[in-house]
Amino acid sequence: MNDTLAGWLQITVLIAALALTYRPLGDYMARILSPGRHLAVERGLYRLGGVDPDADQQWGAYLRSVLAFSAVSLLFLYGMQRLQNHLLLSLGFPPVKADQAFNTAASFVTNTNWQSYSGEVTMGHLVQMAGLAVQNFVSAAVGIAVVATLIRGFTRRRTDRVGNFWVDLTRVTVRLLVPMAFVFAVVLVALGAVQNFHGVHEIGTLLGDKQSLTGGPVASQEVIKELGTNGGGFYNANSAHPFENPNGTSNLIEIYLLLAISFSLPRTFGRMVGDHRQGYAILAVMGLIWAVSVALITVNELHSVSSTAGHSAGGMLEGKEQRLGIWASALFAASTTLTSTGAVNSFHDSFSPGGGGMTLFDMMLGEIAPGGTGSGLYGILILAIVAVFVAGLMVGRTPEYLGKKLGSREMKFASLYILATPAVVLIGTGAAMSLRGERASMLNPGPHGFSEVLYAFTSAANNNGSAFAGLGVNTEWYNTALGLAMLFGRFLPIVFVLALAGSLARQQPVPVTAGTLPTHRPQFVGLLTGVIVIVVGLTYFPALALGPLAEGLH
Amino acid sequence: MHPPVANHFPPAVRRHLSALRMLLVLTVITGVLYPLAVTGVAQAAFPHQANGSLVRQHGTTVGSSLLGQNFDLPKKNPGDPDEAARPDPRFFQPRPSAGAYDPLASGASNLGPGNPELVKAVQQRRHDVAAFDGVDPADVPADALTASGSGLDPDISPAYAYEQVARVAKARGLDAAKVHALVAAHVHGRDLGFLGEPRVNVLDLNRALDALAG
Repeated sequence: MNDTLAGWLQITVLIAALALTYRPLGDYMARILSPGRHLAVERGLYRLGGVDPDADQQWGAYLRSVLAFSAVSLLFLYGMQRLQNHLLLSLGFPPVKADQAFNTAASFVTNTNWQSYSGEVTMGHLVQMAGLAVQNFVSAAVGIAVVATLIRGFTRRRTDRVGNFWVDLTRVTVRLLVPMAFVFAVVLVALGAVQNFHGVHEIGTLLGDKQSLTGGPVASQEVIKELGTNGGGFYNANSAHPFENPNGTSNLIEIYLLLAISFSLPRTFGRMVGDHRQGYAILAVMGLIWAVSVALITVNELHSVSSTAGHSAGGMLEGKEQRLGIWASALFAASTTLTSTGAVNSFHDSFSPGGGGMTLFDMMLGEIAPGGTGSGLYGILILAIVAVFVAGLMVGRTPEYLGKKLGSREMKFASLYILATPAVVLIGTGAAMSLRGERASMLNPGPHGFSEVLYAFTSAANNNGSAFAGLGVNTEWYNTALGLAMLFGRFLPIVFVLALAGSLARQQPVPVTAGTLPTHRPQFVGLLTGVIVIVVGLTYFPALALGPLAEGLH
Repeated sequence: MHPPVANHFPPAVRRHLSALRMLLVLTVITGVLYPLAVTGVAQAAFPHQANGSLVRQHGTTVGSSLLGQNFDLPKKNPGDPDEAARPDPRFFQPRPSAGAYDPLASGASNLGPGNPELVKAVQQRRHDVAAFDGVDPADVPADALTASGSGLDPDISPAYAYEQVARVAKARGLDAAKVHALVAAHVHGRDLGFLGEPRVNVLDLNRALDALAG
């Protein structure tokens, strides 16, 4: 079979798998997020946790629960790293430095999984599995919980209640993430991913030398890292490491896992608002942007004429694995930067200017196609609200979406949401570039060095976690600045989403009339796509011009 | 709502205590029970894979079939860490590695596509590999010139394997046709015919080569 046909087949099979699970997975999540009986095990958990599962919370109470849970998680994870030399299975590693422990705790709690550390020589097994991997589960569940409140904002009427955070968090974890992760972890082990509790140990080589390697509960962490769109690798090389991603089959499964929940959530949305066509319209926008991104990265990596190094090597294989190749690497790169995953099976810093620039642009889109678990859907719903508002301005009508009026209060929250992340990205990048010592962290010269810094702050503020990994980020300044960028980039938008949800839930729906903008037609799909590209383009064009565009034209 | 946590704390403190309890409960499930259950099943059903796909030969471990390793000549001065590695002509050579095939230093070069350092490294490798293998520099495939993502890539392309046949055969005094056939037998196609890329596992090939040479 030739390369092109095989490449197309990989993409086709992936799309088919996502299409097959769209309905069952989306419907299942809708059921989890709707009222219903608690499982016995869940009732036990609520009792142990000391929370009332039958309380319906106002948006403010819901938000305070999210923030309390995240704050406690941050402190717990920070403490574990600082005290890891006293913990079981520490493998003899010393405590993580304060700035790096803060950065890592912020990173995993915010679903970012930016890593300024190298897993195999920094983190003991207990910190990896009972600290970092726990956040892989619960930070993903928090995202889904938050989007559930926004959907309830549309479906509920004349109420100030948006749901129960503890119930949403627990159900998503127990009914969705743990069972799926368990099944796929076993599959990954069968394919070759490691799963043991060995520490650093030596093995012999064929010529009688020694290799030191670190074992660990890798497969169990690998699966939730993808499924929860987290991205923090057990090993420094992330999903390029053969122990995390042994072959082409495991690779496609991992890409499927990182897309599965986010691509199915529009179904959940459609089901909960009682109109599947609304879900399909959102899905269409997500799918369109994803397909264009996959195509552009693949084409750029295959035809690397613009890059000197690719040209002299005869192929863009720097930073890519032989068993995966260009097609599977480009497919992974597009999928990981369009979700908030940030896992990598190849190193974006060495991609062509066009391909690497596209991964950066993907994150700047706000990770909405399909985005992180939950965060992708609430991101695109905010943009849908803006699109409806823009259309309303054009025809001079009060805009409404799914029967809810979008007045000045709603639009304020939507606008603040859209401004929050770019502000963090651009202020952070500007600060880093104005400091001599921070500029010196760039590995590559010229515009590519600037791209590394821009990529770092874009990745942190959008909670992606992938890197142009040449940038030396394990410094006090970067650990602190990027840690703060991740926290602001995660929780400011969540505040605005919850406020918006509360505001929408209070409204009595207005009836659909002949003048209502239909939000399930191709026209709306086009409008929303246009709004997304224009908003992002206007925000980031100057920064992109200094980095990847300058490099590509060079 | 009945107050679930001790009543005498202010609400903010109660909320954080509840949050901590929920975190601990979920930690037990997702951070202890889940990885232990996966490990249990993995060790029972797939112990070979779960423990790193180790390759044994005459009772000793000679590597992992998933991790690349060096096939270099012994150092002239073993105490000198700066001595440049010299590839052993009797073995098929792996791809360049940013971490010299040290599993504790997995990762890529991260050199940008227009970085003069990378361009120079690629040109140097093209020159070195062509001279070492006795082939036209234009015939050296891309995977022989570029460092992998993991720095532990266990595979090379079939093209790079075939390109090394003449040199290996000569160094071992073997019939080149036999070595060529050995490579052909070790070309691993795409998974299910379409997933990933065709490849040759360097450790497997070199072990088979040792067996052929006797």
